[in-house]
Amino acid sequence: MAGAVFGMLLLFVFINFGSLPIKSEVSHLDGEQTFSTSKVSTEEVHQNQVPDTSYHHHRETFQDEERADPAELWTSPESRSQQYETPLVESQVEEGGQSEAPATRNGLAESGQPPKVNDRFQEELVIRPLLSGDVYSSFQFRTSWDTDLLNKQKKVSHFRLFPKSLGQVISKFSIRELHISFTQGFWRTQQWGPPFLPAPPGVELWVWFEHTVQDVDTSWKELTSVLSGIFCASLNFIDSTNTIQPSASFKPLGVANVTDQRFLRYAVLPREVVCTENLTPWKKLLPCESKAGLAVLLKSEKLFHSSFHSQAVHIQPICQDLQCKKTSWELRQTLSIVFDLHATGQSKREWSLFKMFSRTLTEPCPLASTSKVYVDITETPKGDDMIEVAPAVTLQMHAVVLGDRRKYMVYDLMTPEPYGSLRSLNILLKWKLQDSEEMLPPILHAERYVGGYGLQTGEIHTLIYNNHPFRAFPILLMESVPWYLRLYIHTLSVISKGRENKPSYIHYRPSKDRQYPHLLEMLVQLPPNSITKVTVQFERALLKWTEYPPDPNHGFYVSSSVLSAQVPSAVALDANHTTEGPLFTNLFPIMEESSYFMRVYTEPLLVNLPTPDFSMPYNVICLTCTVVAVGYGSLYNLLTRTFQVEEPSAGLAKRIANVIRRLRGVPPL
Amino acid sequence: IIVMGCLCTDRGKYAALSIAAMVIVVGLPLWWKTTETYRASLPYSQIGELDTLQVTIPPDSSSPLNESPSGSLVIYVIPETSGLLPDGINVYMGIYRTAILRTSLHKEAKMEELLSVIGPKILRIIQTVTFTNNDIKASMSDRVPTGKFTKESLADSMRAFKSSPGNYEITFSLLNPDPKSHDLHWDIEEAVDKYIQPFLDKLSGVANFSVDSQILYYAILGVTPQSLPHVINPVEARLGKKVYIRFILQSCALFFCSTFLIILTAPLYIKDQNGATVQSNAFHSPRWGGIMVYNVNEKYSDNNRFPVQVNIDTVRVMEVFLAQLRLLLGVQLAYVPDDFLMESPANQGLTDWELDRFLWLRTLENIATATTTQTSLAQLLDEIGNIVIHDKIASQVYNAVIAIQAAIAELEAGNLGFAFQSSKEAILASEKAFFDPSLLHLLYFPDDQKFAIYIPLFLPMSVPILLSLLKIAKEFRERRNMAKKKD
Repeated sequence: MAGAVFGMLLLFVFINFGSLPIKSEVSHLDGEQTFSTSKVSTEEVHQNQVPDTSYHHHRETFQDEERADPAELWTSPESRSQQYETPLVESQVEEGGQSEAPATRNGLAESGQPPKVNDRFQEELVIRPLLSGDVYSSFQFRTSWDTDLLNKQKKVSHFRLFPKSLGQVISKFSIRELHISFTQGFWRTQQWGPPFLPAPPGVELWVWFEHTVQDVDTSWKELTSVLSGIFCASLNFIDSTNTIQPSASFKPLGVANVTDQRFLRYAVLPREVVCTENLTPWKKLLPCESKAGLAVLLKSEKLFHSSFHSQAVHIQPICQDLQCKKTSWELRQTLSIVFDLHATGQSKREWSLFKMFSRTLTEPCPLASTSKVYVDITETPKGDDMIEVAPAVTLQMHAVVLGDRRKYMVYDLMTPEPYGSLRSLNILLKWKLQDSEEMLPPILHAERYVGGYGLQTGEIHTLIYNNHPFRAFPILLMESVPWYLRLYIHTLSVISKGRENKPSYIHYRPSKDRQYPHLLEMLVQLPPNSITKVTVQFERALLKWTEYPPDPNHGFYVSSSVLSAQVPSAVALDANHTTEGPLFTNLFPIMEESSYFMRVYTEPLLVNLPTPDFSMPYNVICLTCTVVAVGYGSLYNLLTRTFQVEEPSAGLAKRIANVIRRLRGVPPL
Repeated sequence: IIVMGCLCTDRGKYAALSIAAMVIVVGLPLWWKTTETYRASLPYSQIGELDTLQVTIPPDSSSPLNESPSGSLVIYVIPETSGLLPDGINVYMGIYRTAILRTSLHKEAKMEELLSVIGPKILRIIQTVTFTNNDIKASMSDRVPTGKFTKESLADSMRAFKSSPGNYEITFSLLNPDPKSHDLHWDIEEAVDKYIQPFLDKLSGVANFSVDSQILYYAILGVTPQSLPHVINPVEARLGKKVYIRFILQSCALFFCSTFLIILTAPLYIKDQNGATVQSNAFHSPRWGGIMVYNVNEKYSDNNRFPVQVNIDTVRVMEVFLAQLRLLLGVQLAYVPDDFLMESPANQGLTDWELDRFLWLRTLENIATATTTQTSLAQLLDEIGNIVIHDKIASQVYNAVIAIQAAIAELEAGNLGFAFQSSKEAILASEKAFFDPSLLHLLYFPDDQKFAIYIPLFLPMSVPILLSLLKIAKEFRERRNMAKKKD
């Protein structure tokens, strides 16, 4: 017994703090003296440490394979049916027949060895010169992680590439999908064509909660405050008065088993101004931050000197493989900027990375598995190249994006080739034609404005253009109008080509004052080559005086209406590829070859409400008090005054005479 | 005519007086009642009593049980001749709540004599394993003026997080300043399970702990090695200290940051004031966390391709972190006399009696904190009449007072576990009451605005009443003087 006790006896902890100044905030700690844990456990750990070298080897091979011929990978005609749900209407939802999916080649499977590290990071930049002379740059950073963040039994708490702050938010609030975008400026579809990933001005947030969430509203409220902390935005202004639950417009984009709209929350803050303080936390979510890779280009002084800036975070579960037995979590961080030809480019039709971002590329992010720059070099309708790109690379590819076959020049930053002898990559774009060309009108676009006069009633007009010469297609229009604009839904009219166009599906939820907004969703068939006009009248409500914002004469914002559509494509789409294609081609799941999904946001509206004079309450108080006081005074007088007969007093002449007489010493009259 | 006039002025006088009376009897109370702020009644006297807090803990008549309850200590007395303890060691402390005391005993000695011999020795044990005056003062350092306690206990108290009943969030961060040349791997999951979790399980009754880890890339300390104290600020921004989470969950976020700084050409060593290298290469910042610098010592041959694989020795790291964690949580180290032998807590990182000691101190600290919060809240509410006190706040205050009283009662009864729970409730309720946002709603309603609103009504109404009252008073005085003259 005694021996056993001796064996385990160890003098415990001894720490030397006495010699240190206490106020210095940092005190040294001597670990060797500090600890002498039992030898047994130490050895155990040593045995368990497996040398970890296989991962790197694997990663290298994976990259090599991708580098080989990227075009071949995503244009190979494989037929893979989709696991995704259609984001459009429920009637179109079809169960993905995953059993029919033939075993296809997969970059991961072919390398023969399962990946050791279960998270990946990819980065990509697409530069698209616009016909107007502006340049559209779209960054995308994708972090995917083969884990289940929602597992209650075994909490995931060790983060490598996936940002900890977002991972914790997902598991804490049981989120299925989270989409948030911060946008400054308005995307001009008519001049610029459709964007890769549209976003309304201001902040848009939509979240699908897991069906296990009991109280979705409370979770939503807490989530918005947490996100406003993460992104330094005023998301705490999201409350029940601007939150809606769209029934069909916002279906999950990732793998989903929940399509019940009770678990969906959608809110837009059109007034929110997006600036550097939102960009900085967004950059911090990247594993390499802005220290290496494509993110070095993200300098806020340049990014916000542009005509359009949109940054977004999308988190959704995706299939790990084609069988989709397991899901992994994917974080997509996108950032789109349109640099203005006149403001930024000094009206010269010449752009370079340095001119746009005041930085050049020198190295990829070492944590990224792919890092690529695509430059759009599609030929103009006239048949000649619009721009000249330097340095030229041999690697080119074709991709079908938004119903259009486009040609890209590909710079693979993982190889030393694009950097050249200067060890830095500064892509130069030079327009061959000096004047802007007429752009083909986009197939689908929309605009919106407020009509009417006076401060009592008004009319919201939405014009939807279908510029397709011969195809009609349905669109889903969603309007969310604040409660203080009281919609007269009986005045709703949808007119196409001078004839009434009856929506085949209407979902309307009337507003309730100070509680929730109007929600109007309609499925409208757009005839070919037509303009459809949707009008609805409204009445402006008079708010309570404390409900007005500090600058009420600025007007009140009404968030953009959302158009979701499956737009018929001129080119056959490739509905097969999963993760191998360029990241920008699969932002929205592709359902079929003949059409692609597109979302269009209209302009937000600015509506004036009748604004009172805010000194009015005080004036009313003062006036009322004065009236009361006057009335009270006369009443008081009547009650208390007594009337007496008074001796008639001497006349004025007599009194003056008396004064004079007194002065003369004569007795008065 | 004179008689009539007298009657008439009398009528006017009565009218003026009755209007004044109506204003005073009906008008003023109505105004008072309608503009009053709602203030629920609070137990001011009970809070006042809490201010002078005295806890007496009776000596326990212990019975030698196998399962000794929390807060107790079983001391076995063995004769001096026993070979159970090595030479020079008189007291042995086990990892549970047991102690073995070796003392000289005569078989014929009476009970009183026996007690008088072992009494002081037992007291010594108790002082070691429970707490001393200094410990209490240190743990209440926020409320006791400095200078009353020793430097060391002050250091201890400043190092530890203040008592907070919420959740502790422990984050291990691996900072990799150069991912291009080093690919770091740490098996943190296993290390946490092995070293940190047993320790936290032991403390699970005290607070909720959550442990997570992250790897931060390109995190450069950004300071010269000489200015080590300034190291934290640049790192801090990267850790994402989550104020927002704390706000919602009312939890205390405890950040435990671990830095591995890898410098190829020049490894970084931390030196203490005497210039000697600190062997653990670690330091910690009070109430914030700890930092350990891990130097990669391996030599690279030229044919090594970057990034180089580095596996981090989690044992070495976790040893340091566990020690730092103990300090940060405020599991203070007892002063151990030379003839005491303490058993190492082995894997658990914490012995039962250490836990008890921690609980004792925390309970007292909680009670003190809750009491201070209550007193200052009562004082504040008493001083500022504008504050609205809702029933919700009043009930929180009542709950806190009841919980404090319960905690004191449990302490006196020797039920440490219950006392701790009650003190935790007390601190929660009192903080909730103190930080309730509804207290601030009407706080900044300035007086000049009130006057601006009241004056248009009150001035024109009160002037005629006052004037006529003055006139009546004057007349009354004159008439009395006249009556005197007549006499």
